[in-house]
Order: sequence, then C-alpha cells, then structure tokens
Amino acid sequence: MNEFDESRLRDLVPAVISVLVRRGADFASAEDAVQEALIRALQLWPEDPPRDPKGWLVTAAWHKFVDAARAEASRQRRELAVDAEPPAGSAPAGDDTLRLYFLCAHPTLSSAAAVALTLRAVGGLTTRQIAQACLVPEATMAQRIVRAKRRIEGLPLDQHGDLATVLRVLYLVFNEGYGGDIDLAAEAIRLTRQLIALTDDDPEVGGLLALMLLHHARRASRTTPGGGLIPLAEQDRALWDTALIAEGVAILQTALARDRLGEYQAQAAIAALHADAPNVEETDWVQIVEWYDELTALTDSPVVRLNRAVAVGEADGARAGLAALAEVDADVPRRSAVAAYLHERAGDSALAAGLYAEASHAATSVQERDYLAREAARVRQAVGS
Amino acid sequence: MKYLLLKHYRGGPTPAVEFPPMDQWTPEEVDAHVRFMRDFASRLEEAGEFVDMQALSAEGAFVRHGGQGRPPVTDGPFAETKDLIAGWYIIDVDSWDRAVEIAGELSAVPGPGGEPLNEWLEVRPFLGAEAPKTTA
Repeated sequence: MNEFDESRLRDLVPAVISVLVRRGADFASAEDAVQEALIRALQLWPEDPPRDPKGWLVTAAWHKFVDAARAEASRQRRELAVDAEPPAGSAPAGDDTLRLYFLCAHPTLSSAAAVALTLRAVGGLTTRQIAQACLVPEATMAQRIVRAKRRIEGLPLDQHGDLATVLRVLYLVFNEGYGGDIDLAAEAIRLTRQLIALTDDDPEVGGLLALMLLHHARRASRTTPGGGLIPLAEQDRALWDTALIAEGVAILQTALARDRLGEYQAQAAIAALHADAPNVEETDWVQIVEWYDELTALTDSPVVRLNRAVAVGEADGARAGLAALAEVDADVPRRSAVAAYLHERAGDSALAAGLYAEASHAATSVQERDYLAREAARVRQAVGS
Repeated sequence: MKYLLLKHYRGGPTPAVEFPPMDQWTPEEVDAHVRFMRDFASRLEEAGEFVDMQALSAEGAFVRHGGQGRPPVTDGPFAETKDLIAGWYIIDVDSWDRAVEIAGELSAVPGPGGEPLNEWLEVRPFLGAEAPKTTA
C-alpha cells in the first residue's frame, strides 16, 4: 500500500500534541517530539501502515519526548510528570484540539508568528513546507517558530481563547501565498473544516469557510497565464468552480439560518452574490450594498467603506459612488485606484488617468502595479493627450 | 558564480534616454514591456541561471546610526538625482561575461514605440565570483 494520505496524517497532529501535553510534556517539547514522530511515520508508513495511526504516533512521539527529556538537566522533574501520567487514551481529544488552535492564535503572538505556529502545530506541516509556502528561507522560519514557542511557554492549554483571533489567523493563512508544494489556501480550508466540527457549527466559522470556498472557486480566473491581474468584470466565469460555489453557498445558508450574523458571514454573502451573477451587469449590486451596510455596522473598517463605495458606484451610479468615497480616509490603500475607476465612469478621464498613475506608484505587488499602469495608459490614450 | 543585477530605471554613468514613466505609454507598449520581462525571467529559469528577483517600491529613505536616541532618517537622494532602482535580479552563471550578456539583454526591454529602454544595469559579483576584467 504505497499511497497513503499525507493530509490525513497531518489531521492527527493536534490531537497527538494534546495527548502529550496532558501527560505532562510542555508545549514546545511536545510539538518537537510530534514533528520527529511525523518524519519517522513518513518514512515507514508508505511501506508498513499501522492499524491505529493515532496510537502509533502517540507512542512514537512519547518515546521521542522521553528520550529528549532524559538528556536534559530537568530529567527528574519530567520523570515525575511521567509518573503522574493518566492512563493512555482517556478523554476525547476534540476539546484539546480546539484549545491548541487558541494557543497558536494567542494574542501575544504577532500575525506572522501565529500563522507559522498554527501551520506547524495544528496543520502538522514541516518547517520546510511552511517556509516555502511563506516564501522565506527555512532557517528564518525555524527561528520564527522557536521564538513563537518560547513566547507562549508556560501558557496553559486549558484556557479558552478568543475564537475571533483564531478565525483571523486562519484567514491570514488563506491569504498568505501559494509558493512551495503546499497550497496555503487549501490548507486553511482544511483547517477551517476541522474547526467547524470542534466549535459545534459556530456560524462565524461557517461564514469564514464559505468565504474561503467562494474565493477559492474563482481562483483560476483571477490571473492571466503570465500572472497578470484580471479584474472581476473581465474574468471568464466559465472557469469558476461551480461545485465549490454550491458548497460555499450551502454552508453560508446554514450559518445565516442560526441568526447570529458576523463579519465573515456578511463577507461571504457578498462573495456569494458575485458568484451567483452571470456577469457584472446582472450582479445584484443593490443587495451587495445592503450587505456592506451590515458589514459596516459589524466592523467599521476603512477597507469595508472603500469596497462599499465601489458597490454604491455600481448600484446607484458613479457620482453616488464618489460621494460614498468622500467618507473614506485619503491614506487607505487602493483608495486612488477606486477613485480613478469611479471618476472614469463619471466621465472625468483626465482626472482618472492621473489617479491610476498615482495608484500604480503605490501598488504593493508587481501584478497590481503593471495592471494599474496599463489602466493609466489606456485612459490617457482615450483622452487623446 | 552569483551576480546581482540592479535595475536603474533612471540614472547611471552617462545620461540614458529619458523616458516618461510607464503610465504615460500606450497600453500596447505597457503590454510589450510586461511580456518581455516575464519571458526574460522564464528564459533565465529554464537556463538554470535564475536565483531570485524582486521589484522595489519607488519610495525609500536613508538611515544611519546617529548616536543616542533615534537614528537620523532622511529622504533618499532619489528625487534629486533622478536615480530610481526599480528592482534586482540575482543570477547564477558561469562567468562574468555571461552576467554582462544577460544584463545587456535585460536592458533591451522595450519601452515607448517598442524601442529598447536602454536602462542602466549595475552588475555586482557576489564575493568569490569572477570580478569584471579591467577594460582594455
């Protein structure tokens, strides 16, 4: 049996770490031991799969942990912890896994550290895989993980954290990047699916999963073969993954039915309205504006207001969009790009060309810069100057 | 042997042709430029000579240690000297000559009217790589 599912192996990681911690290991040592056991499993399992994968991992990781603990000065203390160990395979691991999510998304950690630690401890990825996916050298990522673990050293695994922070970290993972052999968007979706079961179908977790699925479904249409940006209006909707869209919409409807609206559900509702439209013109912009109003009430962020201005521009015309844009601070990223778009639609091409150029200078990626410079060139040519 | 290629979009040893910024070209000229850059990078990758590349923001500042307290920060000389480092490549090639050849090709990226942009590229050997030969 040469084919075994590596992601299924990764699914076991948080539960195994939790067992070791419950037996008295500290988080950092438990995590190291599980990583070593994983490497061993990857070597052995393709040839000789165990009957009880989780039991195998717990035993292997525990041995690694005990070996490491023996080598240290604190040997005696740790062996006392071994003595105090409750019989193996007791309490259900589900609750512990949820706490592991909370620990990895602890507020004392920076976003980058929380992302790395979550991928490592909850996702079971190796340091090399995380480094490749985040486009940093492996040594840099190793240090980042070590510092993160040191930072949460001694924090109990039994403290309930803030679910909103966990969701934010998972959304960061989703948006992180697509380098290396691990697709972080797919990984974030996998982890969020697990979190749904652990949190008793919390509607905001459902909202986040729906949002990710709806974005992911459009991924193939968002860039040219050379990596250039394609705006929503020009995307080939035949490339959208209809099965993922259907699943996202179904999950969103289940979440909305619980009547506890949150920002991810509202964002997913907007994404669903886009996914549902055969083209830009037939998009239900009026309803999208209504969802943006809900979103503004939930989280009054400048980015939400900026996006709302775009939707108002489509629903009620460019002038109305510009009026909505007037309420957005000048230093919000991409504001000049939105202003350029709305001014062009309102017929003021000369102003639009200058704003597109300004936006291209402030762009944060090569693809975005090239796209906006081309828009500036296009509008300038249309003006005939 | 590794070399750093610094793309000087403006500035350089002798005044290069002063092209307007990209947003003032035609859309077709922008497309041709972007296509060349993309193909150039993939050719280097296929040849096994590509290591890394990054585009740099036009903004920046000069910072140095300034004794106690906060270090002094000044706006770069970017605006005054009309020098703009647009980005860099790291290549891994067999010789200095090959590094120069690649830099020359990259400088021929099309600009307005499809004419080569002729921007200056600064070629700097990593320590241990073959250094420039003294010009005859």
